[in-house]
Amino acid sequence: MTCSEFLAQLDDLIDDKVSVRMRTDLEEHLRGCEHCVITLSTTRKTIEIYRKHVIYELPNELRERLQKAILAKCKKC
Amino acid sequence: MSTIQTQGTEEIHPDILLVNRARAGDVEAFEKLVRQYDRQVFRIAQHITQNREDAEDVVQDAFLKAYEKLNQFQGNSKFYTWLVRIAVNESLMRLRKRRTGRMVSIDEDVETEEGSMPRDLADWGPDPEEQYGQSEMADILRKTIQGLPPGFRVVFVLRDVEGLSTEETAETLGLSIPAVKSRLLRARLQLRERLNRYFRNRNKDGVK
Repeated sequence: MTCSEFLAQLDDLIDDKVSVRMRTDLEEHLRGCEHCVITLSTTRKTIEIYRKHVIYELPNELRERLQKAILAKCKKC
Repeated sequence: MSTIQTQGTEEIHPDILLVNRARAGDVEAFEKLVRQYDRQVFRIAQHITQNREDAEDVVQDAFLKAYEKLNQFQGNSKFYTWLVRIAVNESLMRLRKRRTGRMVSIDEDVETEEGSMPRDLADWGPDPEEQYGQSEMADILRKTIQGLPPGFRVVFVLRDVEGLSTEETAETLGLSIPAVKSRLLRARLQLRERLNRYFRNRNKDGVK
């Protein structure tokens, strides 16, 4: 397996959607390719970091104001 | 997510019960849906519009539109997916208004060099973000994701941040499944490449 072929399967590997046979091939490639080991681990980490940090928080005060405005308009519908 | 088991094998999602009550005029039922999803709608809107005021307006307009169109909700998709679709459309409309003269589309496929084979690789260690304070980290993540083309950004946010499936993301954005997959791969790799600059730089003396 080449690095390009590995990359084509990267998302399915991360999302745990590869067949048993494909997984075996990918793992075999990883054993001999540090480049792809790092690509896999840092891409996984990228997703994990974006999931972990809420970068656009809705402050409570604004949240309540928006909720009131929405419901007031709904009641007039 | 919890569901209510009916006598047969069919399960009714609690959102559907709230939608049915709201359709019958129960505004409190709709209020529960607003409280459940307003944070997610705000985040998605902010990611797409990159503008706080627009994101606030999108939250209001998306829920109002959903309320007005509740009768059109078919129930064969999740209420959340349906709501996100409305919010994405509202967000894109606002983005286009602000960027008059500049083409804004999530349909265009952007060819970039980033997102192909990763270069300049270095491992990040187990907790790369611990080198930064919380607000510094949030700034880095905002700056990094803002640099993605809108069509990649929205796929990454729906799929990886908000947890929609590939099929739901495709349905929400009106894209094919292969298009969602291709954008997701490139979005993930581009973000990885850009974050690498921050994590690798600080690590360069300590990591092989």
